[in-house]
Amino acid sequence: MQSVSKPQKPPVIVSPNSFLAWIGKIFLLVIGLFAVYILAINLFDKPYLFAQNVINGIQLGFVYALIALGYTMVYGIVKLINFAHGDVFMVSAFVSFFAVERFALHQWPQRLFPGFNPSLSTVIGTVTTILLSMVICVLLAITIERVAYKPLREAPRIAALITAIGVSFFLEYFGLLNFVFSARYIPYQRPFEVVTWYIKDGIHLVESGVTPPDGAITISNILIIIIFATILVQIFLQYLVRRTKIGIAMRATSFDKPTARLMGIQVDKVISFTFAIGASFAALGGVLYAIAYPSIRTLMGVYPGLKAFVAAVLGGIGSIPGAFVGALIMGQAEAMTSGYISTPMRDAIAFSILILVLLIKPTGIFGEPEKEKA
Amino acid sequence: MLLEVKDLNVYYGAIHALQGISFNVKEGEIVSLIGANGAGKSTTLRALSGLIRPRSGSITFRGEDITLAPAEKIVQLGISHVPEGRKIFAPLTVRENLEMGAYIIKDKSEINRMMERVFLSFPRLRERLSQLGGTLSGGEQQMLATGRGLMNKPTLILLDEPSMGLSPIMVEEIFRIIKEINQEGTSILLVEQNAQMALSVAHRAYVLETGRITLSGPAKEIADNPQVKEAYLGV
Ligand SMILES: Nc1ncnc2c1ncn2[C@@H]1O[C@H](COP(=O)(O)OP(=O)(O)O)[C@@H](O)[C@H]1O
Ligand SMILES: [Mg+2]
Repeated sequence: MQSVSKPQKPPVIVSPNSFLAWIGKIFLLVIGLFAVYILAINLFDKPYLFAQNVINGIQLGFVYALIALGYTMVYGIVKLINFAHGDVFMVSAFVSFFAVERFALHQWPQRLFPGFNPSLSTVIGTVTTILLSMVICVLLAITIERVAYKPLREAPRIAALITAIGVSFFLEYFGLLNFVFSARYIPYQRPFEVVTWYIKDGIHLVESGVTPPDGAITISNILIIIIFATILVQIFLQYLVRRTKIGIAMRATSFDKPTARLMGIQVDKVISFTFAIGASFAALGGVLYAIAYPSIRTLMGVYPGLKAFVAAVLGGIGSIPGAFVGALIMGQAEAMTSGYISTPMRDAIAFSILILVLLIKPTGIFGEPEKEKA
Repeated sequence: MLLEVKDLNVYYGAIHALQGISFNVKEGEIVSLIGANGAGKSTTLRALSGLIRPRSGSITFRGEDITLAPAEKIVQLGISHVPEGRKIFAPLTVRENLEMGAYIIKDKSEINRMMERVFLSFPRLRERLSQLGGTLSGGEQQMLATGRGLMNKPTLILLDEPSMGLSPIMVEEIFRIIKEINQEGTSILLVEQNAQMALSVAHRAYVLETGRITLSGPAKEIADNPQVKEAYLGV
């Protein structure tokens, strides 16, 4: 009896690719364990310092969330990474700077009506200043979209991407000109006093010129404002996208533009609106960031912009909850790096995270694999 | 005349997809456009609804020239296009899909009335209201696409292969509803590869072959035409 010869199994070869992938995974595991180790010993060694780093990370992360929303929404609707977005953030800081420094807009109620309650005047004046910055940044973003991106709607995506980088450079380096702002850092006049408290055996006010005792955790009013503002923005955005006609139209448009047009949706208007919403959040972030870190310059939007972009990619670009979660992670990563490794390393960490995400899960935490559409 | 198309020419780059076609739809009619795959049926509907610009020729709707009007405006005038492949907004719920169908209607109560009207024809959609469009079965998606197309109270509805990919029972159901929609006063331009079904509901029909109209007349005559029988009805 002769058996029919079966096809031979192919010999098992270790492909160089899978070998590299393994090395990569082991490398990642080692780095991850190392990071956990550092965090753990510091947590047990000085818990209050750890808590302080977490709080610093929350403050950064919430500001990044405000910027990241614009990246992710614009990407969702036109598949464009709007690199000029970080510079809209910068412009907002400058608008509020001039409003406060030159025109004392943050005190307008009191100056217009002497005898007006001073704290109420500060609240109304500050809100006015923020709203003005938001309006100007919305106009700027709509203009950028009309002039630079809209003519490229049908062009290959890379053309619009390069244009976005060009717009970004224009905004940054125009400001860098000597007769504009030059490259210096400008001290930012806050519209209101930053009040700091320390927590140790209860909550105490930090008096000016006095350092809080060892082992205290400090928090400030601006931290609380940043957290509140960002949460309000998230709620507003969820409401907009889920419950309003324009919000549903945004989701329909980002899914399928020709079919959206068949419904009568004016796709160009929806796109403008998306840029406007994103810019208004970045503008809010710009003012709050300048109040928290009161020194501004024309390149100040570069790193926060890039980190918010990484946050959006990490969360899954196009996903609104993803942008928020990604930003919180970025804030923590940066604060922990500054706290336990070194301050200059914090920027390197941001881009390491980007590289890792792109290698391991390019679609991010909440992202879905890109669907093929006809 | 509700819709009058004259000598329409449409190109995709160098491809001459519609080569001077002329046809019309009268008030209250079901007119069917039949033809093989690639004949230019979908292209015709896309030109009518403003998704592509014809190179030459004219399209007149209720006496108004809409040849170069943008899609957003054509919907406002009363032409609703249910595209090939249904094109449901998958991440939107059934309710949101229907609301988008009524995007041009401002009055909330009017939208609710239209939705109730759609549920009369497609009761199954009511049960699925909060489900995502992408999770519906093929037949349900076709119901949703058709219902969405009716939400803006069109005078003329353009249906592109509503029977594609459906089970025979679903096909019967969809065509029954097409007749029903028509009896309530909506004119219909029906594009189909399923010529038999299309000819059974239509008043008149046109046969499209590689971008040209080769035959036209009352649906019964077309169905009896020997060449049509051989080419499209598989007799
Ligand atoms: N987007 C497009 N780009 C280039 N050619 C196209 C496109 N859409 C359709 N065509 C071509 O136009 C012709 C008509 O297509 P279509 O209108 O879709 O036919 P039908 O709907 O009758 O099957 C075909 O030859 C097709 O290949
Ligand atoms: Mg077709």
